[in-house]
Amino acid sequence: MSARTDHAAIATRVPDRARVLDVGCGNGELLDLLRHTRDVDARGLELDSADAGRAVARGLSVIQGDADTDLEIFPNDAFDVAILSKAIQHMMRPNHVLAELTRLAPRVIVSFRNYGYWPRRLSLLVRGTMPAKGDWYEESVLHACTVTDMLTLARHQGLMPVAAAAVSGDKIGAFKQSGFGRLNWAADDVIAEFARA
Amino acid sequence: MTGKGQRRIPANPIYELSISRFRMDTSAARPKTLALMPDATRPSIESLQKLILPAPLPLDCGQVLEHVEIAFETWGTLNAEKSNAILVCHALTGDQFCAGENPVTGRPAWWPRMIGPGLPVDTDRYFVIATNVLGGCMGTTGPASPAPDGLPWGTRFPVITIADMVRAQRALVVELGIESLFSVLGGSMGGMQVLEWALQVPDAVHSAVPIATSARHSAQNIAFYEIGRQAIMSDPDWRDGAYLVDGTRPDRGLAIARMAAHVTYVSEGALKRKFDRGLQDRKTQSFSFDADFQVESYLRYQGRSFTDRFDANSYLYVTRAMDYFDLASAHGGRLADAFVGSPVRFCLFSFSSDWHYTPGESMAITRALVAAGAEVSHIETQTDKGHDAFLLEESAFEAALRGFLEASAERRGL
Repeated sequence: MSARTDHAAIATRVPDRARVLDVGCGNGELLDLLRHTRDVDARGLELDSADAGRAVARGLSVIQGDADTDLEIFPNDAFDVAILSKAIQHMMRPNHVLAELTRLAPRVIVSFRNYGYWPRRLSLLVRGTMPAKGDWYEESVLHACTVTDMLTLARHQGLMPVAAAAVSGDKIGAFKQSGFGRLNWAADDVIAEFARA
Repeated sequence: MTGKGQRRIPANPIYELSISRFRMDTSAARPKTLALMPDATRPSIESLQKLILPAPLPLDCGQVLEHVEIAFETWGTLNAEKSNAILVCHALTGDQFCAGENPVTGRPAWWPRMIGPGLPVDTDRYFVIATNVLGGCMGTTGPASPAPDGLPWGTRFPVITIADMVRAQRALVVELGIESLFSVLGGSMGGMQVLEWALQVPDAVHSAVPIATSARHSAQNIAFYEIGRQAIMSDPDWRDGAYLVDGTRPDRGLAIARMAAHVTYVSEGALKRKFDRGLQDRKTQSFSFDADFQVESYLRYQGRSFTDRFDANSYLYVTRAMDYFDLASAHGGRLADAFVGSPVRFCLFSFSSDWHYTPGESMAITRALVAAGAEVSHIETQTDKGHDAFLLEESAFEAALRGFLEASAERRGL
């Protein structure tokens, strides 16, 4: 999925003037979009110092830090929406990070690659090789998961799914409040919105 | 100078030049040049631009300084709304000449990469003010200044704090007719002043940039500066602080103080990269206590050249002010409480190999500011250049600082 399409879809789920935390915000592209289209109070956390510096240079408030350990600096309910865009599968402790986001904001938006997508299942079944974008040992995803896996983890953290959309290349499906089982077969990437139960 | 893009940026005076110049014979006797008695071809400290504060200055120690002069420099033009002023705060051994050559010492600006036309702190756009700190020795009232009895204060000068330095700067800024600063920025001890400004007058500071600093001196910081102070006070020429009256100078003690402190400003990686165990102007070890190693020669040069431009008593007073610095202690021990509701936009910078004021110290400040609900950014730049990195070429740091100031300026309508 192209970053821009993904970001535009996420932006539709963020209320105007919300307090937003983007975890793994990269160079601040999504926060910049949210600031300009939604007038949000934008904050970011980014591990890479060069990217964090570029985000600051855009005028964003970004702290260089590690989501696996540094989310504790934010107080409870400091935000209205917390976003993990294509980042949770790269974390050392996805369960801890999601628990922290649940503490920080009543709404959590997570986008991730769906390893339940049928071509990936088929690839593993037929070819017997792991579904990676390149060589499996170069894969940056540390914790591969499916839509079902993510829903299970979220429920365990006290989060209920609000809506989810399939993303495939530049195409974004509609956000739907049900049919997650079908999404687990049919979605290449997924944007899922959760709310505290 | 032909244009913004072609402005030649001189190498950093404090580090790069000194490293390239240190290869002089360290054993040779050198002419005795005295810091506060510069050669006749240069202007005297007394000739520098100064402002006499209109009122006495009450100090944290309880005493009051009746007569205070603040030496300062400015660059750029103050706009009609007086809303584009940036105060640059210097570190322990710096002075007000952040963007231009010091006419007294002949030393180049100490932050030439950062401040100037078209540079991150753009003097075509902002009005830049820099002062010499209270207790300093480049024109501002300090222990080398005359006391009411006409003799130099020496150690009769009251012990000052970072907060006192900031109160003196505030008085100067008010005298310049500026009610609100667009930004306050500074590294190391300058960063402490930045934090203190944001604390003392949050409504008069639009944005604050504390760089490579700490909200409190650690036991290790205090320990290293105590070594320096003891070196000075053990020098027989210190004369209980009255050396200016006696006509002596504790240069040996001051040089050792500088050497001990300088080690904490560079990383082990940088020392290894530049010197490792290399020998100085010789093929084999001399089996003596000469400066066999390049690193020894370098440190001796650092110490010796420092005595030409700094007053030993100032070193005692300014390091003491840093030791006493502990922002949280004045607010019930919780740093976050000090900044609750702060309207200041903060942008902190730290450097990965800085062991003088570690990135962890900056993160502690960041954590407190987040807890206080303040708007804060913090960038830890990856570098092997140690504490001094903030003065050296670090393009990512410079770009982020430039962007932060530009975005803040847009917000302020500059």
